[in-house]
Amino acid sequence: MKKKKYNIEGLDCANCARELEEAITKIDGISSVVINFMMQKMEISYDEENEREILSNLKKVIKKEEPDVSLSEI
Amino acid sequence: MKKRIQKIIIALILFILGLIINVDNIWINNTLFILSYILVGYDILKKAFRNITRGKVFDENFLMAVATIGAFFVGELEEAVAVMLFYQIGEVFQSYAVNKSRKSIASLMDIRPDYTNLLIGNEIQKVSPEDVEIGSTILVKPGEKIPIDGIVIDGDSSLDTKALTGEVIPKDVLVGEEVLSGCINLNGLLKIKTVQKFENSTVSKILDLVENASSRKSKSENFISKFAKYYTPIVVIIALFLATAVPFFTDKNYSSWIYRALSFLVVSCPCALVISIPLSFFSGIGSASKKGILIKGSNYLELLSKVSTVVFDKTGTLTKGVFKVQKINAIGISKDKLLSFATTAEAFSTHPIAKALKEEYKKDIDLSKVVKHEELAGFGIHAKIQEDDVLVGNDKLLTKEKIKFDKSDDIGTIIYVAVNKEFKGYIVISDEIKEDTYKAINLLKKSGIKKTVMLTGDKKEVGESVSYKLKLDSCYTELLPQDKVCKVEELMSQNDTLGKLAFVGDGINDAPVLALADIGIAMGGVGSDSAIEAADIVIMTDEISKIPSAIKLSKKTMLIVKENIIFAIAVKILVLLLTALGVSSMWQAVFADVGVSIIAILNSLRVLLSKK
Repeated sequence: MKKKKYNIEGLDCANCARELEEAITKIDGISSVVINFMMQKMEISYDEENEREILSNLKKVIKKEEPDVSLSEI
Repeated sequence: MKKRIQKIIIALILFILGLIINVDNIWINNTLFILSYILVGYDILKKAFRNITRGKVFDENFLMAVATIGAFFVGELEEAVAVMLFYQIGEVFQSYAVNKSRKSIASLMDIRPDYTNLLIGNEIQKVSPEDVEIGSTILVKPGEKIPIDGIVIDGDSSLDTKALTGEVIPKDVLVGEEVLSGCINLNGLLKIKTVQKFENSTVSKILDLVENASSRKSKSENFISKFAKYYTPIVVIIALFLATAVPFFTDKNYSSWIYRALSFLVVSCPCALVISIPLSFFSGIGSASKKGILIKGSNYLELLSKVSTVVFDKTGTLTKGVFKVQKINAIGISKDKLLSFATTAEAFSTHPIAKALKEEYKKDIDLSKVVKHEELAGFGIHAKIQEDDVLVGNDKLLTKEKIKFDKSDDIGTIIYVAVNKEFKGYIVISDEIKEDTYKAINLLKKSGIKKTVMLTGDKKEVGESVSYKLKLDSCYTELLPQDKVCKVEELMSQNDTLGKLAFVGDGINDAPVLALADIGIAMGGVGSDSAIEAADIVIMTDEISKIPSAIKLSKKTMLIVKENIIFAIAVKILVLLLTALGVSSMWQAVFADVGVSIIAILNSLRVLLSKK
């Protein structure tokens, strides 16, 4: 299990944050995701084996759900 | 943001003009309305279009777009513009309020150092704190934050520890003393040898903890998430039903029912709740950390408000954990003389008792007077001080030496003194109750805590005396660490399901109990890793009165959370009902959406206002 933390930019509504969190939870291999709207941060834990696939899916999901959102890893 | 506000202002002017201009040609007004709408609604329409191509039907932007365009088509131009306009105003306000509170809370926790003055040879280099190895020498100038935990090797100064502990009085430090990162150096230049890497220093740990705190969600937040998940689809489906089936089977007055359905869409966003509830918790955790109370998650803040039993560890928590002379009972000689005998006899001992005696005696001890000195393990000390033969120890010592004496019934450790085989009196030494413990217990009882309990490994008489003085509800003494675990388990099972149990300890040897209790509160967290790790709530100083203030804050936060939940849901449902009945218009719907959001956010921010 690997953990990554991101700063989020461009997420401007709390309900969108909730929806995005829900959509990311559904990605295969991601075991937990917490979006902290107040701190504009996201933390995910995922299966290390399929790291590349998971991270590319993560990008896809974010692009689909919230195209204005960009992530930067902490 | 600025551009957005400008747009809103221009649109608002156009809208007002459209409302007040009164000429024969209705198209002048309509043009003003349409211009206003396009100006303020363009972004929303764009996003709505983008999202609908992705199949997101329950998207806020999409629903707003449908509601307003629909209103245009049923001939309610004014309302279409108003909905869009107020929706945008609400959005701007929301992000303003959230940003503002985020910043103000972040500034409370602004203890992250930006750089370190690393000393290499005689040269100072400005480096990032992350790059400093353990054992490096760093310089901290007056006004700077100490970036990394370390030991002072040169200089003395006062430190402002407010950011860490909430304590206002500066702390003086001298060479050889340990200093914690996050403190601000007030006056002298300090040379410090680092004992940690930056990421393991106090400041990093605390920041990490506070930043992650709002990620542990409370039950209220989870409830809101679930509510939000179903609320929008349900409202939208009812709206569809109102617009189609209802007029079809009843009066065929489609435009009236469509208008009602569109109003439904305006109320369909659960924003007020989704933003204000986490904001309340975030504010609660933020203002607690300002007071030197670190709460590790929203869930703990929520649980804290439900605490009905508080269990304390005694030594170091309720009491200072330091022995002190409480009473000197001299017979036939002066108190000072008695103390002098006892202290001189104990002069070579490092026992806490000897320390307490020395502290009380204050004067220097002339060790050359001690001619003979013998330690009798389990009894005390036999010394010859100049011409006098002195016995200092427990009752067993005097009994053994066959000296007649009156046994004291005082509570604590009793030191009997005999000089030349004659009983001269006794000294009572015990741990002291912290000054603010009395106040704290009182406040706890006033705040509705039903049961206060003390657990201790100390002797029965000592424990019971402390418990009696503090008027605790019950006390259990002579417990081994594992007994404390069992006792807490037992107390938790006695609690009814709604009342929670909080355990308060110093976090050093009660980690299992801290973990077991519904809420583990560790005292004196500054610099104690084990406490920060094991506890759910860390009180940075050793003031027990921070516990009632934390409970008070949690209750205030939860009250505001409940107010917001009830207020937002009630207004929304009421407006939905009135709309369905055709009593209320789209104006009320705008209020139920934007108005409620703004009120709920403002209410959340009340958490930050604390009475001094």
